[in-house]
Amino acid sequence: MGVAGRPAPPRSVGNPSTMSMELPVLSLSPLAASPPAAQAERLAVAVRLNGVTRRFGPITALDGIDLDIEEGEFFAMLGPSGSGKTTCLRLIAGFDQPTSGHIEIFGETAEGLPPYRRAVNTVFQDYALFPHMSVGENVAYGLKVRGLGRPDRERAAREALALVRLEGYELRRPSQLSGGQRQRVALARALVLHPRVLLLDEPLGALDLKLREEMQVELKALQRRLGLTFVFVTHDQGEALSMADRVAVFAEGRLLQVGAPEEVYERPRTRFVADFVGSSNILPADMAGPLLGERREASLRPERIKLIADAAEAPAGWHVIEAKVIDVLYQGASRRVMAATETGLELAVSDAGHGPRPTPGSRCVLAFAPAALHPLEAA
Amino acid sequence: MSAWSAPLAPPPESWHRRLTDVFVAHPALLLLLLLTPPMLWLGVVYLGSLFALLAQSFFSLDDFSGVIDRTPTLATWASLLAPANLDIVLRTVLMATAVTIAAALIAFPIAHYATFHAGPRLKALFYVGVMLPLWSSYLVRVYSWKLILAKEGILGWLFHAAGLGFVLDGVLNLPVIGGPSLSASYLGTFLVFLYVWLPFMVLPIQAALERVPASLIEASADLGAHPRTTFRTVILPLALPGVVAGSIFTFSLTLGDFIIPQIVGGSQLYLGQAVYMHQGTAGNIPLAAAFSVVPVVIMAVYLAIAKRLGAFDAL
Repeated sequence: MGVAGRPAPPRSVGNPSTMSMELPVLSLSPLAASPPAAQAERLAVAVRLNGVTRRFGPITALDGIDLDIEEGEFFAMLGPSGSGKTTCLRLIAGFDQPTSGHIEIFGETAEGLPPYRRAVNTVFQDYALFPHMSVGENVAYGLKVRGLGRPDRERAAREALALVRLEGYELRRPSQLSGGQRQRVALARALVLHPRVLLLDEPLGALDLKLREEMQVELKALQRRLGLTFVFVTHDQGEALSMADRVAVFAEGRLLQVGAPEEVYERPRTRFVADFVGSSNILPADMAGPLLGERREASLRPERIKLIADAAEAPAGWHVIEAKVIDVLYQGASRRVMAATETGLELAVSDAGHGPRPTPGSRCVLAFAPAALHPLEAA
Repeated sequence: MSAWSAPLAPPPESWHRRLTDVFVAHPALLLLLLLTPPMLWLGVVYLGSLFALLAQSFFSLDDFSGVIDRTPTLATWASLLAPANLDIVLRTVLMATAVTIAAALIAFPIAHYATFHAGPRLKALFYVGVMLPLWSSYLVRVYSWKLILAKEGILGWLFHAAGLGFVLDGVLNLPVIGGPSLSASYLGTFLVFLYVWLPFMVLPIQAALERVPASLIEASADLGAHPRTTFRTVILPLALPGVVAGSIFTFSLTLGDFIIPQIVGGSQLYLGQAVYMHQGTAGNIPLAAAFSVVPVVIMAVYLAIAKRLGAFDAL
């Protein structure tokens, strides 16, 4: 199934060899039949959640989620543990059913459908490779249960393994692979079925930092090449910002904000988002109020603050705050200075780290452009 | 601040601290000390007696004097192949096979239910239910089965009370497994064996099923497998080592038991009874030894086949 190497438009998921094997999945036809001109329009909704709520006894894991995930986008669900992001993914995959609300996958009602009847596939956090099967058998499993003949499924498995750069690993056992390789096998096993939506549950959580950064680049490239919709769950805001086209921030079962990474980072709506996505200084309302012209809390990113010795050095129009250096943390590429204002508010400042290291206890001036101050909504 | 940087006094020296130092410096010494007693037990007492037994089987019994002749010979082993003795071996192996298969068929659904469907409370109840029979005396349980299965026993009475007496009679009239009553038939022996050894099949299967990660079952469904397919291709293969472990128990326990067939069943002998008879009443230790090697050999063959079939691949 020639997916590899093709700058595939979303249509390619319904390629002839997939269609001919009578997939017991949701219909692939509406898009496959549409004219090529429709490719330009990327607004087809892949997954739609409408007032989705999931309760476990007295605990509300998800509370009235409304969300549209567009076809072909790399969508991140970001949140701390217990925020409901994984529950949300499991509801889309079909491992769990919503208490109330409506889920649509490519326009078809999904709630009530078991996982084996949905056009989505999942890459599990623990990879969930079958230990009693070889890598090749693992990848071919989904094709086997669809009744595809051995030569066809072995060829498809080979191609899927090539896609994740694991050619020639067919006969190995999962136990003989490294964590990163298992991750790739799990990816190939899901991709071989040409899912229209690929769900990834903390896919990089178990990998070490170097490998994780590599896989981030690779996943992103793969998604772009295949033109598939990727929905991935992570608690790592850096990962979400660097990989996703859009990020949804979850907390305590609620969806706080959805938007492009820049939007979520630059214009966080609430204090939680400002704090969780990147790090932020929160200025209380009575301090930010006079600067903003309205009484509101505001966020101020550490890298938008300039540390200067004298208020006279501040660029014209900038706000300045007198402070005292408390501590300096050297971070290689940058330097993080903790400073306290007269009112006792501690602010973090991130600067490039050139020049002499400020001494703890010394006086300093914090300067920032008015635009750097971003007003927050009450949570 | 300064109080924290002041070091604590070291713990007082003592002989066991010094001993620990010795063990930490020489881990092999500790291993040797810990392993010697069990290895002696296993090597000398257990394996030693097994080999002594094996050696005995190459002696023979002088039929006239009843004295054991210690010149090595294969005569005892040859007599094992006499039709009467071969019968005993075959009967026992068939019974053990039937008990094992039936136990696996009954135990698997029970274990599956307890693992995947029962809540924590029901699961606790399940454990008690499976273990409870093991808390009472084996003899008491076998004798109570004799009462249940006897001609005027509970089961017979129930069948007649329900007007189904003809069903029971029909079963008892079956050629091989039938007999004058349930308590004097192969069927009766089979039922009691099955009851007594069932827990030894349920527990290993349940342990194996508990170890199947939930994500594997979800992954299988995610990849498009119907629950039936998931059961066949994921759950069953991963639970197979448990089934094999259980079958080792039920099979070998049935092979060696000499009490159940004596209390419930016809007059036909089983391996255990033959060993008991030959070493006790008849004083034919060599033949008893030869008999008792048979289950060992059968189990070795069985495990070899199970390994060949890949039963332990998922371990």
